[in-house]
Amino acid sequence: MKYKLTRKQKKMLIRIIIAFALLVVIAVVLHFIELPWWAELLIYAVPYVISGFDVLKTAFINLIHGQIFDEKFLMMIATVGAFATGEFPEASAVMLFYQIGELFQSIAVGRSRKSIAKLMDIRPDSATVIRDGQEIEVSPDEVEVGETIVVKPGEKIPLDGVIIEGQSTVNQAALTGESAPVDKAYSDNVISGTLNLTGVIKVRTTSTFGQSTVSKILELVENASDKKAKVENFITKFARYYTPAVVFAALALGIIPPLFLGKGEIEVWKTWLTRACVFLVVSCPCALVVSVPLSFFGGIGGASKDGILIKGAGYMEVLSKIDTVVFDKTGTLTKGVFAVDDIHPNLISSAELLDIAACCESFSSHPVAQSIVRAHEGHIDKSQIGDVEEIAGKGIRAVVEGKTYFCGNGQLMEMCGADWHECHLTGTIIHIARLDNGVCEYLGHIVINDQIKEDAEDAIKSLKNVGVKRLIMLTGDKKNVAENVANKLGLTGFFAELLPADKVTRMEEILKGGKGKVAFAGDGINDAPVLMRADCGIAMGAMGSDAAIESADVVLMDDKPSKIADAVKIARKTMRIVWENIIFALGVKAVILILGALGIANMWLAVFGDVGVLIIAILNAMRCMRRLKV
Amino acid sequence: MKKTFELEDLDCANCAMKMQEAILKIPGVKGCEVNFIKQKMTLEADDAEFDKIVKLAVKAIAKVEPDCTVLL
Repeated sequence: MKYKLTRKQKKMLIRIIIAFALLVVIAVVLHFIELPWWAELLIYAVPYVISGFDVLKTAFINLIHGQIFDEKFLMMIATVGAFATGEFPEASAVMLFYQIGELFQSIAVGRSRKSIAKLMDIRPDSATVIRDGQEIEVSPDEVEVGETIVVKPGEKIPLDGVIIEGQSTVNQAALTGESAPVDKAYSDNVISGTLNLTGVIKVRTTSTFGQSTVSKILELVENASDKKAKVENFITKFARYYTPAVVFAALALGIIPPLFLGKGEIEVWKTWLTRACVFLVVSCPCALVVSVPLSFFGGIGGASKDGILIKGAGYMEVLSKIDTVVFDKTGTLTKGVFAVDDIHPNLISSAELLDIAACCESFSSHPVAQSIVRAHEGHIDKSQIGDVEEIAGKGIRAVVEGKTYFCGNGQLMEMCGADWHECHLTGTIIHIARLDNGVCEYLGHIVINDQIKEDAEDAIKSLKNVGVKRLIMLTGDKKNVAENVANKLGLTGFFAELLPADKVTRMEEILKGGKGKVAFAGDGINDAPVLMRADCGIAMGAMGSDAAIESADVVLMDDKPSKIADAVKIARKTMRIVWENIIFALGVKAVILILGALGIANMWLAVFGDVGVLIIAILNAMRCMRRLKV
Repeated sequence: MKKTFELEDLDCANCAMKMQEAILKIPGVKGCEVNFIKQKMTLEADDAEFDKIVKLAVKAIAKVEPDCTVLL
């Protein structure tokens, strides 16, 4: 990706190149020719001024305004000091390399900004709205709620809405990071920012552009860098004290030792002045102040490309420290959709039992009933079904092909007197009995369960691998169902049969019971109180859900639990890079200070060390933008 | 009133910090954040004095980094 330098940066680059060339030439020439010191000073002053005149100018202006701890002023003192002690090449080189470091910082940050902007380039530019029978191309924010837009294959869907004509497949990668195409047809919701692939669709808009999912996501990521992490605040405080501390140390170093070691000798003063100047060269905490926010910025931007929206550096920090994840069950670990798990027939075959049950349940809209109908993949001949009666709390009595059947729970079986038995498996059990000659024959039962999400087991394994110790599930469901799910997934604990208020209470207990941070993953709508209590609230399946985006700290656009582990990995990686940079930068500076005080480090080492640290820290910080390798 | 301004040619992270501190000292300023990475400044102050404070903020910014321009 090409990054164009700004005019200011281009001018600086030219000056640096000229100054560098001059410096090399002068150094070589003066190696062979001897000139009086004032001549050499003037000659070396040329590249010095070429590369540094803006620094000198700003230094003076800031000094007049009373800013003594300005890095430019300190750099000026350091270099002037170097000239004063006769180290002309050093003085010139220090200014030159300082400017190289500044230019690099400017370009690197510019590139990161552009890179993130490109990452976030999911905003649609135009919409084709149908008004008075005409297709008009407008800006997306000119379309009102309820208007009809048409989206052709290859176009970005500009607004949230419902398909009223046509069908297609869409690519949701811009929002979720997953490029598996999703089928969309009449009455399906489509989300702004996704890419329409195959068919032409007409969509009735359900929100304005400003309120659309894509705008909300962009806003979220835009504002994410405003919430500071603890480590950022620490760096800010540190930087405030670091510079004055180093400057005072430099002052002390330049004055105190010579006073004691040889007041009258110029050479002694010169030695310690040089060392003091070395101190001044590393007096700017730039590497820290730039690399830490840049790391978070990159990390948040990179995560958003995977459909993981982190609302701030602070939450990234918390996410990296979690050792407990609490899950809601239905909709988070399970699909929230019932399906037939097993059929245990008695006296007849499985297929026949399913057939009968499906007929009985075919008129019911209850999710359990629908799951039975779905499992029966054949055609249900409704003309064969006669009288159907729903018996509240118990089940259904239906007449199929002239025979009466009872389809329901244990109570229904008791009521008709069938010799029924419980199932050893957990779940919702639908028992079926047939009335024959006044006697109710037990025909068996069908086991129905809420399906566990396919990637849930992997998600739990991944979380354990990343170091999460407690994996706890909260649910309002029955204990044996919860236990079944917990065991299948390998969770460390669960609480079942909870009322909404109980969930909050349990969360409080969990928060108290551990050392690390606690995350809660839920759908964001029903679990808002628990979400807010957790150290890190993660809302899943947020695509299209405003409430979820609002209430959580981390928003996962799709509803795959494996994304939770990904989020933790990204957070840990980012924090690791942040600390790498802090330790590296401070370590190198400390070494330079110590060596400088001892007289081992000269200006060259100081400036290479300082600028080198800056460049390396920035490059390292840019690593945070990289997506997780899947 | 809270408003966000774009800062052009803000190249130095340290400068951003200094600007923020200087602006926070202006009387009437309720909150200020200078974000170096986004090159944006968010300023919160009383409605009545807002324009005056903005002018003072612009001056403070120019003092720290003369090259930096505030897009109003």
